[in-house]
Amino acid sequence: MATAPSAKLTPLLKDELDIVIPTIRNLDFLEMWRPFFEQYHLIIVQDGDPSKKIRVPDGFDYQLYNRNDVNRILGPKASCISFKDSACRCFGYLVSKKKYIFTIDDDCFVAKDPSGKEINALEQHIKNLLTPSTTHFFNTLYDPYREGADFVRGYPFSLREGAPTAVSHGLWLNIPDYDAPTQLVKPLERNTRYVDAVMTVPKGTLFPMCGMNLAFDRELIGPAMYFGLMGDGQPIGRYDDMWAGWCMKVICDHLGLGVKTGLPYIWHSKASNPFVNLKKEYKGIFWQEKAIPFFQSVSLPKECSSVEKCHLALAGEVKSKLGEVDPYFIKLADAMVTWIEAWNMVNSPGEKPAMTSLPNATSKK
Amino acid sequence: KLFIDTGKDEVFSLIQALNIRVTLTPVLPTRALRSDLTTFMNEWRPMFSRFHVIIVKDPDLKEELKIPEGFNLDVYGKPDIDQVVGSSTSILFSGYSCRYFGYLVSRKKYIISVDDDCLPARDPKGFLVDAVAQHISNLTNPATPFFFNTLYDPYAEGADFVRGYPFSLRGGVKCALSCGLWLNLADHDAPTQALKARQRNSRYVDAVMTVPARSLIPISGINIAFEREAVGPALVPALKLAGEGKCRWETMEDIWSGLCVKIVCDHLGLGVKTGLPYIWRTDRGDPIASLKKEWEGVKLMEEVIPFFQSVRLPREATTVEECIIEVANAVKERLGSMDPVFARAAKAMLDWVKLWQSVGSSS
Repeated sequence: MATAPSAKLTPLLKDELDIVIPTIRNLDFLEMWRPFFEQYHLIIVQDGDPSKKIRVPDGFDYQLYNRNDVNRILGPKASCISFKDSACRCFGYLVSKKKYIFTIDDDCFVAKDPSGKEINALEQHIKNLLTPSTTHFFNTLYDPYREGADFVRGYPFSLREGAPTAVSHGLWLNIPDYDAPTQLVKPLERNTRYVDAVMTVPKGTLFPMCGMNLAFDRELIGPAMYFGLMGDGQPIGRYDDMWAGWCMKVICDHLGLGVKTGLPYIWHSKASNPFVNLKKEYKGIFWQEKAIPFFQSVSLPKECSSVEKCHLALAGEVKSKLGEVDPYFIKLADAMVTWIEAWNMVNSPGEKPAMTSLPNATSKK
Repeated sequence: KLFIDTGKDEVFSLIQALNIRVTLTPVLPTRALRSDLTTFMNEWRPMFSRFHVIIVKDPDLKEELKIPEGFNLDVYGKPDIDQVVGSSTSILFSGYSCRYFGYLVSRKKYIISVDDDCLPARDPKGFLVDAVAQHISNLTNPATPFFFNTLYDPYAEGADFVRGYPFSLRGGVKCALSCGLWLNLADHDAPTQALKARQRNSRYVDAVMTVPARSLIPISGINIAFEREAVGPALVPALKLAGEGKCRWETMEDIWSGLCVKIVCDHLGLGVKTGLPYIWRTDRGDPIASLKKEWEGVKLMEEVIPFFQSVRLPREATTVEECIIEVANAVKERLGSMDPVFARAAKAMLDWVKLWQSVGSSS
């Protein structure tokens, strides 16, 4: 039988979870999240001009890293971290010392459920991560570990233990996460449908992972969450989270980890400029037609028993199979290797975190 | 399909055909709780009355049926089953499986099947859910099995494909099967229901989604719809538990049938959707009493699921019938020695294909 932790008992995990926020503008949105985020440590990754001062609202416990910090901490390996693109957020994953990461965009606000109650997105993500996924067999009543739900008739008992959940993918009310062509055709469409479900993305199935409202178990899957080379100096943008999602899912499927999607919802307030988006996405629209079949058919060697090994193997496959599509993929494959090297460098047992990863600005309450 | 629970635990099968357009004419089977179908049919009247209804009477049922006026009906009983099917088959069109006879003789394009202990549900706004209309919408809009859309059904109003969804896959494929859900009494197995006796499903999940290719799902027969022309022969009346009873907890025939359909759909590039519509399933039966009977089914699933997950159909199998024959042969070969129920299921599947070819074919 499935037993889910009740709402009252969801652990806060305040010492085990970091909130990673990439920003280039400001962090005013944090005011609305204050009741939900105040107890957590924030890692702010400041993109763009490092000399610009980003003001963090008072009372938050945070570390802020700008490009100078990225360069200082990673040295030449900083080349794998994107500039002028929210892909830079993965630097925050790299330097975090916590078990769990929640990442959110600075134009995402607290949403309300159909009853009008404010949604504690972080609490829902924690619930999702702390309960198993059902990767091998789809449960028609969705997440069986939620209160009021269970496995349906016909669901084998031997599969009811599920798999550990590595990623929790949340959704968005108001401005939906559409690509530029869809935005151009439907500029007024808003997502008003609250779908009260969490479900496991089945093993062997790929999906578009959006980085706007995402949580994951850093210990289980951290090194796979590389958001690629985007933005300044790169031929493509707005595919960072997609790329990470495809790599992550292949690795999760290989290692027997689960990915959930659905609740929680956040309120996405800002519609980015579709013409700007089209320019950024343009090549991606064609490249994804090649990338998807690649990810759907790639298989990792059995010896790849860790996330790092999987990611490196995947990088090799990207280079050999997608390198023909465009030289960008060769660069990207190399960056994937650099990322793992950077990850190991920063997170290796011998490293003294206090010395090397001290950021430009910190604040303790 | 319509079943009537007369208190003697006998069931009665009803199938309705839907006439919405000349070319698209779904068949709607529904079920009733009592030999007196009046209440059931009247509750469903707003949704059913436009359509053609086929009623198949369970051969085990002795009572006369009471059917209210105002429906376009065809009724079949044991004599009809014997005449059409005769002794040519090992298939037992009894219990919940009598519905398959209706699928066989229908000449409509679509079939909708709802258990007899189900009534129209209400959505969170309080409006009656037109389950028929929703199933038709699911079947007539494409399915997207090759890539998961995180906003669920991209063809629903107010929704679309999300960023990162490959454009070449946005045309989708034909949806051959639509699986609906249940409010109040969800379709849990007997052990779960016995343990959580008071649990009722009150969560209305406002979504339809395509079940991804190569993912198996337990397809409940309580509330389904399908395109008869596309997958009719794949809904097989095959797995009859030795202790099969007249409560849903005491059957696995629909789960087996659903696994066959999914395998075939995956192979032929057809889609299966799950989610809306909801129907309201009324309380009945005693799960604890069913525990003994259903334990057999629960144990069998442990073998059944790994089997279906590993079945591979050859490229040469290009029709539904050919696919089912392949699956039946695999069942006989790999499961037949495990339990006689599998050997019988394999034979029933082969008989079903023959029957479909001689009787069920529309041409």
